[in-house]
Amino acid sequence: MTISWLYIGIFLVVSLGLPAVAIILAGILAPKKPSPEKSIIYECGVDTHGETWVQFKAQYYLIGLVFLIFDIETVFLYPWAVAFDRLGLFAVLEGLLFIGILTGGLVYAWKKGAFEWA
Amino acid sequence: MNFLSDPVTFIGNWLTGLVASLGMPKETAAAWVTGVAVGILPLLAMLWVLVLIWYERKVIGRLQDRPGPNRVGPFGLIQPVADMLKIFLKEHILPAGVDRIPYNLAPILAVGGVLGMWIVVPFSATVHGVDINVGALYIIAVGAIGTLGIIFAGYSSNNKYALLAAFRVVAQLISYEIPMVLALLVPVLLARSMGMNTIVQAQPVWFILAAPLAALLFFISSIAEVGRSPFDLAEAESEIVAGFNTEYSGLKFGMFYVGEFLHAFTNSLIFTALFLGGWQGPGAEQFPILGFIYFFLKTVVVHFLGIAIRGSMPRFRIDQVMQLNWKLFTPIALAAFSAAALVEKLAANLGDAARIGIHILVNAVILGVVLLIGSRVFKARGIRLDALAERNRAAVKLSMEKSHDS
Repeated sequence: MTISWLYIGIFLVVSLGLPAVAIILAGILAPKKPSPEKSIIYECGVDTHGETWVQFKAQYYLIGLVFLIFDIETVFLYPWAVAFDRLGLFAVLEGLLFIGILTGGLVYAWKKGAFEWA
Repeated sequence: MNFLSDPVTFIGNWLTGLVASLGMPKETAAAWVTGVAVGILPLLAMLWVLVLIWYERKVIGRLQDRPGPNRVGPFGLIQPVADMLKIFLKEHILPAGVDRIPYNLAPILAVGGVLGMWIVVPFSATVHGVDINVGALYIIAVGAIGTLGIIFAGYSSNNKYALLAAFRVVAQLISYEIPMVLALLVPVLLARSMGMNTIVQAQPVWFILAAPLAALLFFISSIAEVGRSPFDLAEAESEIVAGFNTEYSGLKFGMFYVGEFLHAFTNSLIFTALFLGGWQGPGAEQFPILGFIYFFLKTVVVHFLGIAIRGSMPRFRIDQVMQLNWKLFTPIALAAFSAAALVEKLAANLGDAARIGIHILVNAVILGVVLLIGSRVFKARGIRLDALAERNRAAVKLSMEKSHDS
């Protein structure tokens, strides 16, 4: 079992290393003729105005917050699903209650207008 | 065990014997050979992208009534190689004001995150990468790394449109992670295991039969996770120039596309393993090479469906994408999972056929309820919009009469 994780480690290193090596190799092979004109950011084709770090919609933040709650709580359900055969009916109902609370959160966010893109 | 029925294991055993004959203990030799094989797999996956690019361009071309690539080599097969060579020799322009570390890390993560998923995919009865007991969780975890790459790219580019694309990607990809994770829970529940090979072995009857809703949600969410049409908001060229990769050039730019093509195929692999029985099929246990073929054929069908959707659907708006996810997919996913858990527990003593029948029935009921509520909502909204339009017309008419009077 432990050796499996060693293989996964090797695999991850190689799969991150492959694109890295390819990019470095291409960087060596490719021509390099930098000029101040060339290194201006492209943006939309015309010269850029003002700061890049513009204000953005607070909606993105709300979505991120709702996601965090849901993702963590669904990951809790994985061990519950794996141990399903060893659970009695009561434990299953408890799991469903947990999903019910999750649904309550969804309804709350919905009613609060977290999903309205106005 | 001969070469024709199981070539990978045969070559593996032969190499192990070869290394062992050099004076190494048998176990150590086997571990070394596995380690090297594990190191070669990402390379094969990267080369496989060349075929994927050709296949996808050809299919999209056919869907749009044009021949697709057909000049370089037979049927244009060498076209991706030529494109790769060209992009390999392009200059890397480093624009002024970019955040160097995330900027250079982004294309690596975009490909590495996708490649990382391949290790837990069970390709046949004997070849299943590394069979860890938390495979499904591993796929979710590693799959999220690719998202990180796109966010890095948009955030570090010193470009307002790329930044906007990064926000969209964050919102879209994390939202669609919820129905995807919930839909993935259903096969985990049905197989009582998170190991990918165990999930495949638990499917003499494909899980898509017992969990059609979960399969549908997983399929659509995985398209959204790749960020392809109709969910390609991060590269909406009519709104935000080229999106998150506007400031990239050369192979760094190409890597995002390698990642995208590979991600689409990898998601088809995972969908096949989870819902379509993976390598299961007649004779797959005795002749593992048949398992490879079944797995490949099923994956190609799923992959083709994804390409067909890409070639035929217009792009959603950001508010539509968000509402589709939170107001439709997430509630359905919660309902489908709860129903599956309840049926599994209450009908545990019934036979397999009866239990699957109940599963299908419950899924149909959920779908029916959703369609009923959906049609009501759309009707109400239509009436509301009609009333609004009527009021606007009346107001315009009134103001025109007033201006006429004065």
